[in-house]
Amino acid sequence: MSTTLLLIQTLNGLQFGVMLFLMAAGLTLVFGIMNLVNLAHGSLYMMGAYFAAAATAWTGNPLLGILFAIPATLLLGVVVEFITLRTLYQRDHLDQVLCTFGLILFFNELARVLWGSAAIPMAIPEALTGFVTIIPGLIYPKWRLAIILVGLLVALLLYLLISHTRLGMLIRAGASNRPMVGALGVNISLLFTLVFGLGAALAGLAGAMVAPLLSVEPGMGDPILILTFVVIVIGGIGSIRGAFIASLLVGLIDTVGRSFLPALLRELFQTQSANTIGAALASMLIYILMAAVLFFRPRGLFPPKGR
Amino acid sequence: MKKHLSMLAGGVAAAAFAAGAAQAESVKIGYMATFSGPPGVLGEHNRDGFQLGIEHLGGTLGDLDVEIIEADDQLKPDVGKQIIDRYLQSDRVDFVVGIIFSNVMMAVYEDVVGSETFLISTNAGPSPIAGESCSEYFFSTSWQNDQLHGAAGLQAVNDGVESAFLIAPNYQAGRDAMAGFKREFEGHGTIAGEILTQINQPDYSAEIAQIAAAGADAVFIFLPGGMGVNFVKQYASSGIDLPLYSGSTVDGTTLPAIGEEMMGGYSSPNFWAPDMDTPVNQRFMADFEERFGYIPSVYAAQGYDAAALIDSAIRAVDGDLSNKEGMRDAMRQADFESIRGDFQFGNNHFPVQDWYAGEVVSDDQGRATIALGDMVAEDFQDAYHQDCAMQW
Repeated sequence: MSTTLLLIQTLNGLQFGVMLFLMAAGLTLVFGIMNLVNLAHGSLYMMGAYFAAAATAWTGNPLLGILFAIPATLLLGVVVEFITLRTLYQRDHLDQVLCTFGLILFFNELARVLWGSAAIPMAIPEALTGFVTIIPGLIYPKWRLAIILVGLLVALLLYLLISHTRLGMLIRAGASNRPMVGALGVNISLLFTLVFGLGAALAGLAGAMVAPLLSVEPGMGDPILILTFVVIVIGGIGSIRGAFIASLLVGLIDTVGRSFLPALLRELFQTQSANTIGAALASMLIYILMAAVLFFRPRGLFPPKGR
Repeated sequence: MKKHLSMLAGGVAAAAFAAGAAQAESVKIGYMATFSGPPGVLGEHNRDGFQLGIEHLGGTLGDLDVEIIEADDQLKPDVGKQIIDRYLQSDRVDFVVGIIFSNVMMAVYEDVVGSETFLISTNAGPSPIAGESCSEYFFSTSWQNDQLHGAAGLQAVNDGVESAFLIAPNYQAGRDAMAGFKREFEGHGTIAGEILTQINQPDYSAEIAQIAAAGADAVFIFLPGGMGVNFVKQYASSGIDLPLYSGSTVDGTTLPAIGEEMMGGYSSPNFWAPDMDTPVNQRFMADFEERFGYIPSVYAAQGYDAAALIDSAIRAVDGDLSNKEGMRDAMRQADFESIRGDFQFGNNHFPVQDWYAGEVVSDDQGRATIALGDMVAEDFQDAYHQDCAMQW
């Protein structure tokens, strides 16, 4: 295996991880602070992609489309929180799962009604099409590089928000001890709406940025949702730092495993079935990682303090 | 047992009266396809094509009124089985039509043909049905699954491809696709590498990087539906410009999403394309978009021909739906104006037809569509027909 290939796969893993982080950050906050299991997080991601694609078709400019998708998903998140989720905070997780699963079905069907069941197109912003040569012999798509940069930027902003602002302090306090924050006179329901809206906007951003790379179709959020849950469980529920590290870990292990494990098995066994087994094993890697992390640290790598 | 008795009684009654007396007034059709989930678009195209086929025959089949009982199998074999039970036991349909996916087909196949009801597949064509489990009650207006990939293999051979890189999802149809491509390609060229991916994988960056490293001069993919859209979009922005050969991936259902990226490239090979020069097809194309508001895909064409096939069968027996032998013999002749032009049925009742490369072009309104390219295989027959004991 050449170094170039390894470098490219590392970048690919990084890009995948950063995308997962955008999803996981919102989900882990909602889960950690509001104690709400939100299965519909993938639907917000899907709606972000649809908003971006629809606004792009409208304006003819993908960049405007993506910029439109972020406030649109934020608004959608706030509306969903206000209408359906508010009544569920005091209920147990099973009720929340039932309701948010219903939301998945609702949004998938809504997308089908509004945009049809076939995938719809979405282009890469003009200035970011094509590729850059990072080092001689290593070319990489500009758009994927842009996703990495935006993701890292968002991570930095989130870090500043959580660690250095009053809102962040409340969020951290909420993750550690919810009833106490309420008892201190903080408007918990406003905080919850803000957190949910923030999570929705991040999911929308993730969806909008991958829309030029992925099939924008009903149900596109479902596969990513499972991975996002894996990430927040590994990272520790409620921890942004945990979500960041776990995202990159999952992204890198999944990508590098997928590309090198089958080849490695072929070297070792030299049989036809090495391909099939390698592929199956590669797709299990992150779950093996999750099981291992949970065995040694049952609350994840970076659980919030004081619970 | 009760069922057999009543069937026997029906037979006796039919024999007792004159042939004309048994003539039915309407034909009952159970149309089952997948309408839910991302693959639901295949079912929609197929159903719309079938419906237009009936409309073009004056809203009748063989001059009988048509009663269609439509159902969604949800791509779940158990759901499909329940629907088929209802079709056979309580609705007592004369024909079962449709079925997009092979796993659903395999779950219901024995029940339908075992009850001596005609099963017209408008898409699924798994190998057992083409081979040892073939039945005189089954007809296909599409193709045997492997043929798509075989045709792609032949296309690569014709183009002088020397080494190919193969990507398919890690499940039965994916492994079959690779085998189908290799069957025609190996011996003419070598396989530079092959990757089995997860089903419904969103990101293919890792696989695309491996293509670049493998030194192949062409890529073959079998990534139906959203998977193919994901792959093509990412491939187009990857900086690799090796020709892309595919099966069931770049077709009329995915082109609205990837037309820009594939412009000037190959579509998946097929036996039909929107610009096919047959009188039936011109009428089909003229009416379809006006009626349904989108460019039809090959799945619509397959549905369309099913209506004509059934029409020819009922016509041959003058509407006597109990004359199954007569209808079977009529269908074997493929004696109707097919949307694809002339074709025959093989001994296993799968079409023996010409396959063409397709090219992605823009139509007069600037939308992506498929134009018929070079013929890659003339009278192409599936690889399993020798295993079918049926001869006629």
